[in-house]
Amino acid sequence: MSEILIEGRNLTKEFTAGRKKKVHAVTDVSLQILQGETLGLVGESGCGKSTLGRLLIRLLKPDSGRLLVHGEDVTDLSDKEFGKYRRQLQLIFQDPYASLDPRLCVRDLIAEPLKTWHVCRTKEELTQRVLEKMEEVGVPGEYLYRYPHQFSGGQRQRIGIARALAAQPELIVCDEPVSALDVPVQNQILNLLNQLQESKGLTYLFISHDLSVVRHISDRVCVMFLGTICEIGKTQEVFQNPMHPYTRFLMNAILPPDPHRRNDQAELLSGEIPSAVNPPSGCRFHTRCPYADERCRREMPALQDAGDGHQAACHHTMN
Amino acid sequence: MFQSRAQKFARRYEKPNPDSRDRSEELKREIGEEETFFSLMRRMAHENKLAVFSAIVILLFILGAVFAPFLTRYSYHDMDLLNRLSAPSAEHLFGTDEAGRDIFTRLLYGSRVSLLTGVVPTILSMLGGAVLGVISGYHGGWADALIMRLADIMLAFPSMLLAMVIMYMLGGGLINVFLTLALVNWASVARIVRSEVLALKETEYVEAARVIGVPERTIMFRHLLPNCLPTMIVLFTLNVPSAILTESSLSFLGLGIQEPRSSWGLMVNAGRQFLYNAPWLSLVPSIAIMLIVLAFNFLGDGLRDVLDPYQKR
Amino acid sequence: MSGKTLEIRHLNTSFFTQKGEVGAAKDICLEVRPGQIVGIVGESGCGKSVTARSVMGLVKYPGRVVSGEILLNGTRITGISKKEACSLRGSEVSMIFQEPMTSLNPVIKVGRQVEEVLLIHKKITKKEAKKEAAKILEAVGISDVASRMECYPHQLSGGLRQRVMIAMAMICSPSLLIADEPTTALDVTVEAQILRLMKKLCEAGTSILLISHNLGVIAQVCDYVYVMYAGRIVEQGETFTLFDHPAHPYTRGLLGAAKSLRSDAGLLKTIPGVVPNLLHLPAGCSFSPRCDSCMDLCRSEMPDMLPAGEKGHLTRCWRS
Repeated sequence: MSEILIEGRNLTKEFTAGRKKKVHAVTDVSLQILQGETLGLVGESGCGKSTLGRLLIRLLKPDSGRLLVHGEDVTDLSDKEFGKYRRQLQLIFQDPYASLDPRLCVRDLIAEPLKTWHVCRTKEELTQRVLEKMEEVGVPGEYLYRYPHQFSGGQRQRIGIARALAAQPELIVCDEPVSALDVPVQNQILNLLNQLQESKGLTYLFISHDLSVVRHISDRVCVMFLGTICEIGKTQEVFQNPMHPYTRFLMNAILPPDPHRRNDQAELLSGEIPSAVNPPSGCRFHTRCPYADERCRREMPALQDAGDGHQAACHHTMN
Repeated sequence: MFQSRAQKFARRYEKPNPDSRDRSEELKREIGEEETFFSLMRRMAHENKLAVFSAIVILLFILGAVFAPFLTRYSYHDMDLLNRLSAPSAEHLFGTDEAGRDIFTRLLYGSRVSLLTGVVPTILSMLGGAVLGVISGYHGGWADALIMRLADIMLAFPSMLLAMVIMYMLGGGLINVFLTLALVNWASVARIVRSEVLALKETEYVEAARVIGVPERTIMFRHLLPNCLPTMIVLFTLNVPSAILTESSLSFLGLGIQEPRSSWGLMVNAGRQFLYNAPWLSLVPSIAIMLIVLAFNFLGDGLRDVLDPYQKR
Repeated sequence: MSGKTLEIRHLNTSFFTQKGEVGAAKDICLEVRPGQIVGIVGESGCGKSVTARSVMGLVKYPGRVVSGEILLNGTRITGISKKEACSLRGSEVSMIFQEPMTSLNPVIKVGRQVEEVLLIHKKITKKEAKKEAAKILEAVGISDVASRMECYPHQLSGGLRQRVMIAMAMICSPSLLIADEPTTALDVTVEAQILRLMKKLCEAGTSILLISHNLGVIAQVCDYVYVMYAGRIVEQGETFTLFDHPAHPYTRGLLGAAKSLRSDAGLLKTIPGVVPNLLHLPAGCSFSPRCDSCMDLCRSEMPDMLPAGEKGHLTRCWRS
């Protein structure tokens, strides 16, 4: 078993939205990320997956709960004390355009982490390092002094990755890094992420709403619904043997690029996602769940282990 | 298995793509190297002729102010009472005023004061206002409350009254005029920059900088401030003329520059009573103010275009 | 059935920019028959949206239709007056967009927005319009219609907003619905619901032109598919034929990329190179620099649509 890199214990985060309204973004979530793995985080929009990703690298501070990095509790450290962990925990964004300062050229963008951490002594050394990073992610060195808007979406995402890499991180949280890209470009980026993981021993938390992508890239998958974890386990296990009804519905909604496999008959989830301002009592899924009974409306189910780390939070685990 | 996958990748990246190489050569010629101040100026000269012309006009005014004694044989305070209010002629290029002083000479000497009062306090107030605005917008909390309440107080007073009070306390003189105008103008700059920063700080690239661990100070002055630049350039071109005119009002009220020294504002005001029989008294300095203001405007436009990353090819 | 709901003949739409004329849609020939769902698939920037907007007469400045004919139910709609075009839009042909939030007016209640479409196109009273609106909103699968009609757009979720948009588009029972990436902004579970709704609409007699970059969506619902690349149609055919025997190397690349994600292959398939800039298209076939079976002929001459095996299956490739 590999070492635990990041551990969140009972993390809760609420945002205030207007007067007296609170959005329950993440509620009492405990999660471990192991060294060297890729953990996929799946869920629909508004389920709190991005918030959880940011909590786990302490870009947001939890309202309650603890965050441990390499077993050390970093929840209450000041920003300065947290500094040494900062560069180890990086993030790449969904929109590779909005996340790059339009006024900086590629060189300055990639050099920023290097400058911040005083890695290089001379300007030449800095440029050299930037060129190395560009080569690693497959952006030609000739583009050194170009600006973000002159690149295609895929190349911008590569620059975003190079920036994260320049900080020499252990963990990269990938927040929907390919959902704005066309499939062939998406595949290039996924290949790149895989290759970087192998050559550098990186750990990923891969956030996505696309199950096919998550299935391809993840070692373990974690399914979220409305601020809580429904199911977590090894990718193979979860996809072949989903225990939570929500996971099954998510899989039913996959659209394979094959007209012979139309999912006309598959059972679809009806209704809409309940609001996170007023989450349902008990199991948060009960309003959409066909198996819900009285107990589901009253009691929030806890994660139960079905062996080999495969856990689901449901009173009526499937099988 | 890992090894083989990595090798496959390595091969894929090594394989030269003849077409992309051609394209990159072409690009290299296109972009060249890092942009320096001079290449920036050269690009502006290439793209925007009006901005270059404006820069030349401003430069001429500055040269005129610096070399005033060599450009005229009169002095700004020599009175020639026999030649009062004479019309423009070869002798007196722009005529003479009510005390028989050469207007061309007074214009040259006046430009020393007016250019300085136009530009120096504006830069001071822009710098101060921008720094305070960025801190207020990005930091929020008590810093925001403190700075914005201060700004509210400054804005609540009629600016002329405020300027008079400050001038009265500090006394006349050029340095005090600078300080006064800067103190009066920083608040509106701070407000505008703050609102801009409030929008910008929500952008992902600011979050991206925070992830990397970039210190707050660097985020404020490397990411936020440069992105406020277009607004600031517009503000600058608006504030320069208003500073020149405020100075003239102060001088008119006896709180700024004192006779027999001259400033353009003072000349406009002094000439008002002779508007019908000797219009050149007011007209000449007015045209000078207009020229300099237009020049700053066009230069500002040119600079904004040239600094805009989206315009770069 | 006879006739064609929509027929596009040799459509050319260009954008006139400072850097020159950009041909966003070139020589497009396309047909939608009654009761069909026809898909256009391609990567971003390939001209699918421009084609759809050309039909609606909604090409944004500085773009315009340069040449070609568009026929709706046999009537020419290119070159008609603005007024005529306006009355066609909404009643004969309507369109839904990717982002349902920005397509609805945020300060008007959704019920009223639906009614308004009716009041514009039909001579009926407000009361009748309200009844009609409620009926259609229910038909597109909105529960609790009475209270939802009193909501403002921001109070509804993305899926509901898209349903409202569909209701607005369908209320005058147009013969053609153009859907431009209708599910891209929606969650996966909602996406499947909306696609089923569109299928139902089609069975009820409306033809649909569905534009998507997602081959999954296209495979699920379309009867006939057009593949676009760099402003041109490069392949067309019945959905099953096209997915089973893709003839153009670009289609093969796209399909391979989408399918490899679902297989257990370690390395995902991609298409080498990048989409060309429409201003600097390569000579000959636009796909030639990225093609793995490129010949000399491909670099010099753009092929026409050539038959590829089965009937109705055409491809713009010399190797077919």
